[in-house]
Amino acid sequence: MTTTEQDIDKKLIPILEGVSDPEIPVLSIMDMGVVRSAVIKDNTVKVQITPTYSGCPAMDVIGDDIKAALKEAEYNSEIELILHPAWTTDWITPRGRKALEEYGIAAPLDAEADKDVLLNGKRIVKCTNCGSQNTRLVSQFGSTACKAQFQCEDCQEPFDYFKCLK
Amino acid sequence: MSIDRDEIEISLKARCEAIRKVSIEVNMKNENLYNYILGIADNSLILGQRMGELCGHGPTLETDIACTNISLDLFGQVRSYFQYASKIAGDGRTEDDIAMLRKEREYINVLLVEQPNTDFAYTMARQFLFDVYHLAFLVELQKSADLTLSAIASKSIKEVSYHERFSSDWVKRLGDGTEESNTKMQEAIDALWTYTDELFHQTEADKAMVAEGIGVDVTKLKDSYYRHVSELLEEATLQVPESKYFQKGGKEGIHTEHLGYMLAELQYMQRTYPNMEW
Ligand SMILES: [Zn+2]
Repeated sequence: MTTTEQDIDKKLIPILEGVSDPEIPVLSIMDMGVVRSAVIKDNTVKVQITPTYSGCPAMDVIGDDIKAALKEAEYNSEIELILHPAWTTDWITPRGRKALEEYGIAAPLDAEADKDVLLNGKRIVKCTNCGSQNTRLVSQFGSTACKAQFQCEDCQEPFDYFKCLK
Repeated sequence: MSIDRDEIEISLKARCEAIRKVSIEVNMKNENLYNYILGIADNSLILGQRMGELCGHGPTLETDIACTNISLDLFGQVRSYFQYASKIAGDGRTEDDIAMLRKEREYINVLLVEQPNTDFAYTMARQFLFDVYHLAFLVELQKSADLTLSAIASKSIKEVSYHERFSSDWVKRLGDGTEESNTKMQEAIDALWTYTDELFHQTEADKAMVAEGIGVDVTKLKDSYYRHVSELLEEATLQVPESKYFQKGGKEGIHTEHLGYMLAELQYMQRTYPNMEW
C-alpha cells in the first residue's frame, strides 16, 4: 500500500506537515505515514491516525498536537485511532527516510534484510555517521519499541536502526 | 371490523417473548465475547507486568531495555483489547476498571505468565514458551470473523514476532553457552514445562467463540507448538522434558500463589487513587 491511498484534504496538508513525531522531532507525522485520513465536514476536521506500535506512548501526544495545530488554523477536530490496516514502515515517505538518516537513525531495510540483520548478524545496516556497513547489532530493542541498537565497528558511533514492520 | 383483544394480547406476548429471547442470546454472545477477550488480554497484561518488573533490574542495560520494550508492546496490545471489552460490556466499566479492579479469581491468564522472574534464564524461558504460542495464536486470530480482534491481531503480530526472535535467541545462547548457562536454562525449561499444556485448554467462552468463527481453536495449535519448541531446544543443546504431568487452573481463575503478590503491586495505584487513568 502506498501513501497515495490516504484520503487527506489538500488544504490540511501544510498544517499536518507542521506536526512532528514527539520522539523523532525531525519527522513530520505526514512523512511518518501515521495520518490515514483527514477530511473537513462543517468546519470540523475528522482525522484518522494509526499507531506505529501498539504501546507507542507518542500516539496520545500526536493526537493532542494535531488538535492544537488545527485549532490554530481555526478548525475544530476529532481524532480517531484506527488499527486497521496496520501501520508498516513502508508508509514512511522517502523524505521521511532521509530525515531519519540525517537525524542519526538508520532507516528500515526490507523485511528479508531486516531478518538477516537482526537474526543472523549480517552487516548491512549503514552507519549514520560514516556510512560504513561494518556495523554490529547491540540489541534488538532500542530507546523506543520501534528501534534496535547498533554500533559502527569503524567509527565506533552507536546509533539506532528503525526496525522494519511489515 | 371488530378487533379481537385476546388475539392482540397473544400476538403481543409472542413478540415480547421473541424479543426477550433475542436479547438473551445477544447478552450471552456478548458475555462469551467479553470473557474471550479477557482470556487473551490477561495473558499479555500479566506477562507485561512481569517484564515491566525488570525495569532497572535487567542483567545489562540492553536486555533491560529489551524486556521493558516487550512489556510496553504487551501493555499496548492489552489496551486495545480492554478498550474493546469495555465497549462490549457497555456498563460503564472502563479499560482501567477491567485491567485494575478485578479480584484474583477473576483474572483468567494462564499460570505460565505469572511465574516469577527467578533468574534471567527463567525469564527468557517463560517468554519463549509463551511467545511461540502467542505468535501462532495471533496468526489464527487474524482470520477472526470479529473485525476488531482481527485488526488487533494483525497489529500485534508484527511486534510479537520480534519478541519471539528475542526470546528464542536467548534460549539458544544460554542453552548452547557455558556449562552454567546451559544448566540454568535447562532447569528453567524443566520447571516451566508443566505450565505449557494449559495454553491449549479451552474455556466455555473459547468454545462458543470458536463456533462463531470468532475465536481460535487452540487445540489445533498444540502439535506444531511442541514440534517447534522441541526443535529449538535441540538446537540449543537442551533436553526436551518428558514429564507428562501438567498444571492447570489459570483459565478458570485458580492461580499459583504468585499472582496475588503481582496484583497487589499492579492494583496499588488504582485502589489507592481511584479513577486514575493510564
Ligand atoms: Zn561509522
